[in-house]
Amino acid sequence: MKRWLAGGSVLVVLALVGALASPYLISLLTIVLLFTFLGQSWNLMLGIGGQLSIGHALFVGLGAYSVALLDVKYGVSPWIGLLLGMVIAGSAGAVLAWLSFRFEVRGIYFALLTIAAAEFARIMFGGWEFVGAMQGLFFPAPTGAIDISMLRGDARFYYFIALALAALGIVGTEMISRSYFGYVWRAMRDDEQAARALGVRAFRHKILVIAISAATAAVGGGILALVQGSIFPDSIMGMGLSVDVLIGPVVGGLGTTFGPLVGSLAAIPLNHLMSALGDCLRIPGLNSIAYGVVLVLVVWFLPDGIWPAIVRLGKAVQLPSRLWLLQPRKAEE
Amino acid sequence: MTALLEVKNLSKSFGGLVAVNNVSFALEAGRITALIGPNGAGKTTCFNLVAGAMRPTSGQVVFDGHPIENAPPELVCRMGIARTFQIVRPMRDMSVLENAMVGAFSWTRSVDEARSTAYESLESVGLAGKANARTDQLTLPDRKMLETAKALSTRPRLLLLDEVMAGLRPTEAAGVVRVLRKLAEGGLTILLVEHVMRIVMEVASRVVVLHHGAKIAEGRPEEVVADPMVLESYLGAGFHA
Repeated sequence: MKRWLAGGSVLVVLALVGALASPYLISLLTIVLLFTFLGQSWNLMLGIGGQLSIGHALFVGLGAYSVALLDVKYGVSPWIGLLLGMVIAGSAGAVLAWLSFRFEVRGIYFALLTIAAAEFARIMFGGWEFVGAMQGLFFPAPTGAIDISMLRGDARFYYFIALALAALGIVGTEMISRSYFGYVWRAMRDDEQAARALGVRAFRHKILVIAISAATAAVGGGILALVQGSIFPDSIMGMGLSVDVLIGPVVGGLGTTFGPLVGSLAAIPLNHLMSALGDCLRIPGLNSIAYGVVLVLVVWFLPDGIWPAIVRLGKAVQLPSRLWLLQPRKAEE
Repeated sequence: MTALLEVKNLSKSFGGLVAVNNVSFALEAGRITALIGPNGAGKTTCFNLVAGAMRPTSGQVVFDGHPIENAPPELVCRMGIARTFQIVRPMRDMSVLENAMVGAFSWTRSVDEARSTAYESLESVGLAGKANARTDQLTLPDRKMLETAKALSTRPRLLLLDEVMAGLRPTEAAGVVRVLRKLAEGGLTILLVEHVMRIVMEVASRVVVLHHGAKIAEGRPEEVVADPMVLESYLGAGFHA
C-alpha cells in the first residue's frame, strides 16, 4: 500500500506540474512520461515475460507510422491509427516470436533477432517513397486548438495525454502482475523448463507477452509521433530509440511497476541537461557519456534499480530500530 | 490390477550410448512404485521420458489409455502427470505460496482458486506455515517439499518424484515418507526415483530395478532385495547374501 501511496503522489505532483509548469518543462516531462509508457511496455516483455528485446524501436516505429500515414495522407483520426498500429505491431511481434521460438532461437539470440528486425524495418522504411522515405512524414502545423478526435492540441494537451498513458501503464502492469498471466509469465521467466513441467504452455505465452508488449509500444510510438509533429525512419526506428526505451526500466528497476517512471524521471532530464551543458562547453556527446556513466553507476550500486532501493529505504524508515544501513541487503527484502 | 501408466519396451539412446534399453513396467493406481538402481542405471532418463522432457528412441508410454511418449511436458502435466526436479528449481522472485500457485493455473485462471489450492498443497506437505517466506529462506528438506507442493497444485493423478529424499538426514527423510504415505492413501499414484534403498523398502509397495539401462528385477520390495541380480548390481559381482 505504501508504494501505491508513493507512486500515486508522484502522479498527483506530475498533474499539478502540468497545470503550472513552463512550456519547456512540460515538453520535457511529456517525453519522460511517453518513455515511461514505452519502458512499461518493454518491462512487461523482459521484467515479467523474461524475453529481451533490443529492437523495441520496430514496434514504436510501426505505431508511429500507422498514425502518421493515416493522418497525413488520408486525414484519418489518429485514434484509428493507434488501433491499426497496435494490430500491425502486435502481429509483427507475434510473427517474430513465433518464427524465433519455432526454431528454438531464444534468450540473447532472440534479442539479436529483434535488433535485426528493427534495422530491417528502418532501412526498408528509409527507401520506401510511399511512407516518405528518408524525408519522413510531417503532421500539419499545430494551431493550438484542442481537438480530441484528431488528438491535436498544445503542449499541455499532449502532456496530459502522456500522463494518462503512463498512469494507464502503471495500472495495467499491476493488473497483469496480479492476474493469471502475471504468475504464469513470471514462472516462465524464472525457469522455463520448470514452468512447462507445471503445465505452463510456454510457447504460446511467450508469443502472447511479446505481442502485447509490441502493441502497447505502438501506442506509445503513435503518441510520440504526434508530439514530435514529424517522424523519420532513423530516429523513430533506430537503435538509439531502442536503447532509450530500455534505459528507464533498467535504471528504475526491472520488472517493477513504478521502475520505468522513476528511471525515466532520472535519466531523460539528465540527458537533456548534459546535452545543454555539452553545447555550452562545446563538448559534443557529453549527454551520451553521462548516460553511460549513470548506467554503470546504477548497475554497480543499485543492481535492482532505483525503485527497489526506494522501497527498501521506505521499509527501513518504518522500522528505525533496525539500523538498515548495517543490515545485509537480503534481509531488507 | 488397473494400470494407470504403462511403459512398453521403452528405449533411449544418446548417440551410441543406450541409456534406457527396452524397459517395460506398469504402475498400479493408488500405489507407490519405486524406480531404483545404481548410479547411471538410467533412472532419471526413464523418468524424463515419462514426464515428456525427452522423447524415446523407441517404445511407448501409455497413460490412462493414451499414448504420451511424444507429448511435450506441459501437455503431459495437463493430462494429470506432475513431476519434481532432482535439483530443486524454485522460482526465485516469487514467495513460497506463489511458487505453489503456478501449478494450479494448469486447470484454472482464477487467482483466488489458485491461492486456495496452493495453501492446500503446502498444507499437505507441511509447509503452510512458511507460505509467505521467500524460497531462498527455505531449508533443503523444505525446498524439496515445495517441489512436491508445486506439483500437487496441478491436481495430478500420477506424481513423479525425482530423488526427493536425496541429501536429507534420516529424520527428515522419515517426514517425507509420512507425507508420501498420506498422499497415496488419498488415492494418488506415485512413481519414486530413489537411490537410497532403505527408504524405498519403507514406502514403496512395488519396486522396479534398473541396471545399465535395462530392467533386471521387479516385484515387492522384500522380493527384490533378495534377488541375486539386484545384489550384484548394487554391491558388485561375487557378493551373495
